[in-house]
Amino acid sequence: MTAAVEITGVSKRFGDVVAVDDIDLRIDDGEFFALLGPSGCGKTTTLRMIAGLDFPTTGSLKIFGHEVGTLPPNKRPVNTVFQNYALFPHMNVLDNVAFGLRMQGTDKATARSAATAAIGLVRLDGMERRRPAQLSGGQQQRVALARALVNEPKVLLLDEPLGALDLKLRQEMQGELKSLQRELGVSFVFVTHDQEEALTMSDRIAVMDEGRLLQIGTPEEIYERPVNRFVADFIGQTNLLEGTVEDGATVCLVNGARVAARSDLTAGTRIALSIRPERATIHHRDHGTGPDAGSAVDGEVVAVTYLGNALVHRVKLDWMEIEVREANDPDRPRFAVGDPVTVAWDPSAAALVADR
Amino acid sequence: MTGTLPPVDVAPPEVEEDAAPATPEFEAASLRQERRRGLLMALPAYGYLVLFFALPLLIVVVYSFATRNRFGGTDLSGWNIDSYRRLGEPLVRDILFRSVALAVITTVICLVVAYPFAYYMATRSEAVRNLMLVFVMIPFWTNFLVRNFAWRVILGTDGPLSQVTEAVGIGETRLLFTQTAVVLGLVYGFLPFMVLPLYADIERIDGRLLEASRDLYATGAQSFRHVLLPLSMPGVIAGSILVFIPSLGAYVTPEILGGAKTTLLGGYIVTQFLTARNWPFGASLSFVLMAVMLTATIVYFRKGGRTL
Repeated sequence: MTAAVEITGVSKRFGDVVAVDDIDLRIDDGEFFALLGPSGCGKTTTLRMIAGLDFPTTGSLKIFGHEVGTLPPNKRPVNTVFQNYALFPHMNVLDNVAFGLRMQGTDKATARSAATAAIGLVRLDGMERRRPAQLSGGQQQRVALARALVNEPKVLLLDEPLGALDLKLRQEMQGELKSLQRELGVSFVFVTHDQEEALTMSDRIAVMDEGRLLQIGTPEEIYERPVNRFVADFIGQTNLLEGTVEDGATVCLVNGARVAARSDLTAGTRIALSIRPERATIHHRDHGTGPDAGSAVDGEVVAVTYLGNALVHRVKLDWMEIEVREANDPDRPRFAVGDPVTVAWDPSAAALVADR
Repeated sequence: MTGTLPPVDVAPPEVEEDAAPATPEFEAASLRQERRRGLLMALPAYGYLVLFFALPLLIVVVYSFATRNRFGGTDLSGWNIDSYRRLGEPLVRDILFRSVALAVITTVICLVVAYPFAYYMATRSEAVRNLMLVFVMIPFWTNFLVRNFAWRVILGTDGPLSQVTEAVGIGETRLLFTQTAVVLGLVYGFLPFMVLPLYADIERIDGRLLEASRDLYATGAQSFRHVLLPLSMPGVIAGSILVFIPSLGAYVTPEILGGAKTTLLGGYIVTQFLTARNWPFGASLSFVLMAVMLTATIVYFRKGGRTL
């Protein structure tokens, strides 16, 4: 199958600044794809290059098999939902939505009826005559969506489309965007710095930092098997226990404790063990029911946070503090500040990440 | 396409009323006080306008209805509209027509030259932008009269322009004392008045709107026509008025760079006052000129323009 978007060895430099550094990316047709990373990581530049608003300095960029590297945006079968929407303030909603079709030479009547249908699709019926300034943020968002979708793009690009909305509206729109994408079967490429948003909505995620592509994978792969420290830390919460690989089955932590961890890395490689707070368990040390020492560390409880459905324990180890999150189960023993405890985990739940 | 999105509220949420509404008496009193304070601050400016604008204008109007006596003086009696009738004379009509035409040409040239420049300036970095603004302003540091005489030297038959054309074998240029020279001088003199309002408007336009239009299949030209130009229209109108009005009444430039055959309204009015000593006619010309400008300005504000 031809990829909707295929990026090969693309870099983008602005003067001395390398915004995007030699990335390879393949986005399938009908996929909800997120470009995730902190601000300045190159995700927006990548999106802009797909849109044609920036041209790659080097590399190849194909949309459905056609090289588009230096084609202007109006010659590409993609449309963008801009951050802060960029609606035309001097046009009403109908003319905003009909703009793309009009520019392609569609006659006025056809363009208007298609625009009206698109406005209906985003449930803004009756708003056709309003100016963007007369709409709320959420409504403007929908106009921007309709304005892009009315052109039936082969790929829809979204640049932090939910960033300006408040939390409740944002969560609502996340679900709507997802179901809209499923219905239209068009690939959505979505730029966000919100890892939770990326996890909830995407089929696949590309994590970027400092212009480089760190990892591409399904939300599960990214969360469970982060390739390096940055990804582990950026996606969700995690405890990173530093150490060195001793052999194929053992890792020596910085305090000298040996824990089980499978890897095919050479002995002596510096790594970190990523253990999600909810994957670790906490036990009283004196009970003797302590777990296998091969995947546990000793410490002392320094804080307990009650969250209702869960309890979060901060545990002080010899060299760092870690967090353990347990479901609020009345059958489980309770812990108080100062209790000597053992924190344990299933060896398969600990991900070995490159310590960068 | 079928829909799945749930409906949104049609009306934005209403603003909550203040818990304790101010009493009408209090509101009226505070409004009165505010008005009084505003008037006090505006008083010097009002006084200035009345003394140096409204009063002289009134005198002009009065004189335009007066009679010229045999000795070139003006009798403030025998009120008539003869001087307005004279506006229909072929000679006067020609001058009026020529003045308007030159002012229109000057405005159009200024617009065509200034727009790309203002756009370029507005899309530069802050430092470059400020530097360019200074360059636009630099001519104002020299006296307008001096600058016009400089053009006389440049355009003259012994001037550098002519020397260049002679050197390349096109022969000497005879630009001085032609309408072309006048337009050139006017464009030169009033270009900053076009650049500045255009720049101020274009600079405010969100660049992403242009990107959005390109993303929505507009070519560069369509993007200009449908997004950039409509959004910068207030600047276009403001700049055009600021160039058209002084061009229409220009006196110095046509006097210095134009010849005898290119009498314009400004010069003609001066002639009426100083040479022909027909003050009523000069006054009526001045008043008509002013009325045209005022109408243009009012039309602009009515059309939803903003403050200049």
